[in-house]
This record gives sequence, C-alpha cells and structure tokens, in this order.
Amino acid sequence: MSDKSMHIHVHHVTRVEGHGNIDVVVDNDVIKKIEWQVPEAPRFFEAMVVGRDYMDLAPITSRICGICSIGHTFASLKATEAAMGITLSEQDTRLREILLHGETLQSHVLHAGYLAVPDYFRVNSVVPLVGTHKEAVLLIIKLHRLANELCDIIGGRTTHPIRTTVGGWTMLPTEKELVTLKKRYEEAVEDLKAVAGVVLSVAGKIPNFTRETEYISLTSPSEYAFYDGMIKSSDVKAPIPVSNYRTVVNEYVNPQSTAKWTKFNRESYAASALARYNNNYAQLSPLSKTVASMFGLGAAACHNPYMNTVAQVVESVYAVERTIANIDWILDKGLKYVKPDIKVKAGKGASAVEVPRGILFHEYEYDKNGKCLMANCVIPTNQNHGNIQKDFEKLVPEFKHVGKEELQFMLEMLVRAYDPCISCSTH
Amino acid sequence: MKPQVAFFDFACCEGCQLQIANLEEDIVGLVNVVDVVEFREVLTGTAEKYDVSFIEGSITRPEDEERLKDIRKRSKLLVAYGSCATSGGVNKLKNLNPSLENVQKTVYGKDWNMPHLRTAATKAVDEVVKVDAYIPGCPVNRKEVVEVVKSLVLGHVPALPEYPVCVECKFRENVCLFQKGQVCLGLVTRAGCNAICPSNNSPCEGCRGVMPNPNKNAMHEVLKENNLTVKQIFDMFTMFSADPEVKG
Ligand code: SF4
Ligand code: SF4
Ligand code: SF4
Repeated sequence: MSDKSMHIHVHHVTRVEGHGNIDVVVDNDVIKKIEWQVPEAPRFFEAMVVGRDYMDLAPITSRICGICSIGHTFASLKATEAAMGITLSEQDTRLREILLHGETLQSHVLHAGYLAVPDYFRVNSVVPLVGTHKEAVLLIIKLHRLANELCDIIGGRTTHPIRTTVGGWTMLPTEKELVTLKKRYEEAVEDLKAVAGVVLSVAGKIPNFTRETEYISLTSPSEYAFYDGMIKSSDVKAPIPVSNYRTVVNEYVNPQSTAKWTKFNRESYAASALARYNNNYAQLSPLSKTVASMFGLGAAACHNPYMNTVAQVVESVYAVERTIANIDWILDKGLKYVKPDIKVKAGKGASAVEVPRGILFHEYEYDKNGKCLMANCVIPTNQNHGNIQKDFEKLVPEFKHVGKEELQFMLEMLVRAYDPCISCSTH
Repeated sequence: MKPQVAFFDFACCEGCQLQIANLEEDIVGLVNVVDVVEFREVLTGTAEKYDVSFIEGSITRPEDEERLKDIRKRSKLLVAYGSCATSGGVNKLKNLNPSLENVQKTVYGKDWNMPHLRTAATKAVDEVVKVDAYIPGCPVNRKEVVEVVKSLVLGHVPALPEYPVCVECKFRENVCLFQKGQVCLGLVTRAGCNAICPSNNSPCEGCRGVMPNPNKNAMHEVLKENNLTVKQIFDMFTMFSADPEVKG
C-alpha cells in the first residue's frame, strides 16, 4: 500500500464502555469508507419490562448501565412519577440531586482521569502513570473514592442504588453523615483544582479540530440543569417540553449500529457535557467558570468535540459546589423522613435527566394496576453515535495526511472523548 | 511469575467491571499479585493465553458463544463474574416472553428483522462453556471479589456462603421486612452481600441466586407465618434469574 492508501480497522475500541469498531479505507488518496460501527449485543430492555410492576422498573432499567445507574434510576423513577402524578418534597428532590452529582463526579473523574488522560500521555492505560505521575493518580483515586462514598452513603450502594424508590426514599442518610460529607467535599475543591492543573499541563495534546453541530441538553431557569428542566437545542430558540421528546430524538435504525441513531434539525446532534456547557454556560458557578477559562473556554460555544473531556472537568467542579449548597440547604431546614405516598393509577409519563454523557429520556405507560404496558429509553450515547460518524467524516479528509498510525490514534481518541457508554446505548 | 489475568464482557451493563475501578487504592494491591493482560475497558492490549479469565455478562448471540468458547480454550481457569454471567441476570427477563420475534419488534419495530439485530435466548456462561468459579451479585460485592482473587492466586477454588441472606441480615440487627408487611427474598437467596438491600430498608430481590437446599432453611418458619411456600417465593425470582438454579 502506498502512503496515500490505508485501511484502519479497530475492532473493539479500548478504554470505552461497550463494543465499537472503526473502519476507514483510503485508496490512493480517495476515501472509500468511513464508519463508526456499533456491534454491541442488544439486551431488549424495553421488551423486558413490559408486564412488570411499577416498583420493578427502576431496579431493572438501572441495569441498562453500570456507570450511570443512578441517572437511569432517576430517569425511571421520574417517568413513573410523571405517569402517576406523584410529587416529591424539595428535600427529597435535593437529595436526589446530591446523589445524581455523586455520579457526575464519579463518572467524569473515571473518564477524564483513567480513560482519556492516558491518550494525552500516549500510554495504554492509567497504570504506567502510577509510576510517572504518582501524585496526580493518587489525587484522581481520592476524588473517585469520595464520589463513590457519597453514592454509598446516600444511595446505599455505589452502583445500582438501593434507597431510591418511587415517590422518594426507603431510607435517608443521617445529618452527621451529611456534615462529614460536606467537609470532605469542601476539601476536595483543592484536589479538583490540582487535577485540572494536570489535565491543563497536557492539554496541548488535544487535537485542533472543530465541527459545529446541534447541541441538545436540558435547561432550567433556576440552575445549570441536571436533575430537571426542559429540552434545549442550540438550533431552536424556545425550550421544548420533555413530554414532546419524541419530536426531538426521532430515533431510527442504521445498519452499522445495533444502537438506534437520532437526529433533530441537522443530520446529527451532540448530547454531552460539552452540549450542556454550550447551552447553559451562564449558570455555571464562578469557580467552574474559572477552571473553564484556564483551558481557554468562555461563554462562546466550543465546537471541538475533543474538549468534552475538559467540559467534564469543569462540570466536576460544578458538581462539588452544587452538592455543598444542597447539603447546606437540607441541614438548614433539618432532615425529615417522609414515607412515599403512592396511589397507583393508569397513565403515561416521560422524563429527562442529564447523566454524565448527556441527556437521557425514559417514558412509560402503566395500566390501572401499575403494570407496565410500554417503555422507551433514549440514551445519551445512542444520540451521539450519528454525531461521532459526522465528526469522522470531517476529520478523515482533514487529517489523512498525518498517516495511518496518527489518524487511527486521533479517531480512537475522538471516540473516547465522547466517553461513550456503548452497551447502554444499545440496551 | 504472576498469574496472567484477563477480563471479558458480553451482554451486560459492565457494572461488575466497574467494581474493579471502585476498589480504589486496593487496585494497586491487586496489580501487585496478578498481571492484568487484557481488560478492554481500561487498557489497550491483548494476550494469547490466560491463567484466569473473568467473564462478565450473558450470552445472547451465536457469534458470542464462539467468542466465549475461544476464550475458554485459551484459559486455565474461567470465572463467571457477576449475576449476568452466573445466572443470566436481568437479561433473562427476555426469555420470559414466549416470542423472541415480539421482543425484537417491541424494540426495533419494522426494522426488527435486520441481520445485525438478530438475537437468541439469553444464556448464562455455564450454559455455553465449563465454569470453574462463580462470583454472583448484581453488582458483585467488592470484598468478595478480592477474596476470590486471593484464593485463585493461591490455587484454591473459592467457596461461596451456603446460608441465606437472612443470616447476614440478622447479624446486622435489621428489623425483618416481613414484620413491616413486605416480602423479601433474603430467605432463600445465597448470602455474601452482607444483606445490603434489607439493610437499606429495601427487600432482597435475589440477585445472588438461590442458596443450596433452601428447603432445609431454618428461616422456613417465616414463610409459614406468612402463608408462603418455597415454590411461591421461587416464582418471585424473576428479576435476576428467570430459572432459579443453585450455582457454584
Ligand atoms: S450482574 Fe448486574 S451489575 Fe453486573 S454486569 Fe450484570 S447487570 Fe451489570
Ligand atoms: S427476610 Fe429479608 S429482611 Fe427478613 S431477615 Fe431475611 S433478609 Fe432480612
Ligand atoms: S440483598 Fe439480595 S438483592 Fe440485595 S445484593 Fe444481596 S442478594 Fe442481591
């Protein structure tokens, strides 16, 4: 093969969740094929839950994804609550937000620290960095552990939470536990700044590639939206009610993927930390904005998909600060346990939650006994697959001159930047 | 030489793999006693032969059966890791539907028959290849994982607890959920999770599978008091293993 011809075939990209392949063929400088393929085995969750009791929906759909099980749990509970008209107290909602941000921090640190950063250092995993950058790795482990401990304390378990239930909680943390957590979170701010510094020191390795796309996320007048809000598209002025989510996602089957693809106003859109950043920058906390500015990010939208990893670092800071504020609010009012009050009834309801990789939708329909008749789940990564493909289609012609090895590295790094949850996307 | 260890994932949520990352500082200890040669989710690299292979997930397609058989051939010991692997886990809910075609149509609508979307009934790992050790749980319990790895490194096949979750639950001095009017599968489920669900005021859903000899279970009284038979409680074992069977 001359250097104007190359075949890049990556079977099962490493350091991502689930199975994805890259297939690129260039023949005498002519691009013959560019494909992002998802051969992941479908598990058929939307069929599995039909006929199940409403109380089973969250524990079952939580198993769609180990990394964002908390996000799935809340999307599921909110959809059931919307279908049956169940509301929560502000305290119980804030506790949910605290747990959700435990997952934001856990997942972002895992991705930025363990999975993406090795690319910047050109090593095959985080293990060699234990030798060369021990202090930074220990800080990353410490933050990861803290986020997981929060999930243990609030949710009862780090992965697949136990205390979360329809209408509220089966059990609450103690005030003492919250006070301790808050103190540790306050200390973690410095650690996060240090980790941001490490990422910044190698940020020069982030490829200079941009492609503007449609960015879709939640948005809320009161906060940088994660737990609740309306749908925002960067291409549309007015926010869209979550109940109309099907008009936004427009899922369709593509032969190169077992996960469905989505599109709204363009051929593809992005749902990610970067999408949230671009849509809701103004509502970030001052410190998270400062961290963003260290990387040259500001109020202007960023169109470099590789910068998603940086947006995750920024959001980690936000998650910590927001958690401290939520704990303060709860302690100030005094913690009270109220047993969920549920009246089972027939109905249909949709919900959306921002999980680490972007916006997540669940929708269910129940009969009068609370038996599930229909379920639909739209996952952030399944919304991103089409966008990864479109990024590839711009990146390959622009960078094919760098040679096979380098181009393959850039493509793999791009996939990793999306932090894809591939088995979750196929579910 | 340190034992060469590999991790492989099939259809699942990969939450059990995540428990390795969740060992936090203990990972360093683990890396000291074993050589992780293949673990796609965290490192780039492959190997030819393995001393111990950990298999996560259940098997849902013919091509995955082939991949698993190939891994088996190249592994001295093979561990079914997590409930998806030990029993099929939640993925076996699919098998409760009498029509696979309906399952496919529910999810993919008019496109259900496209070749890349084909599927088969969900199988646990030991329905395809020989399994040497089981680590049940959805997700696995991190302490148990460390214990199992330790015994494997020392050349033993690890033993799982042979008593029900209730024993751990009583030890933690929880008020029994039956007394609060709920039904809990801890009565007949194999212990090893330190009764984590009832300790968080939530019934056991049986994710670790049925304990050996549930009929000889001392907790039988509770069933009688609540007018439940062992069969009835087995029928509730649908969330994590549609066909309860003792493993390991
Ligand atoms: S056993 Fe549970 S936690 Fe483990 S991979 Fe399967 S679904 Fe995920
Ligand atoms: S039945 Fe459940 S709650 Fe009661 S003792 Fe056994 S494990 Fe605990
Ligand atoms: S209590 Fe039951 S459902 Fe919960 S982890 Fe233990 S075995 Fe699994």
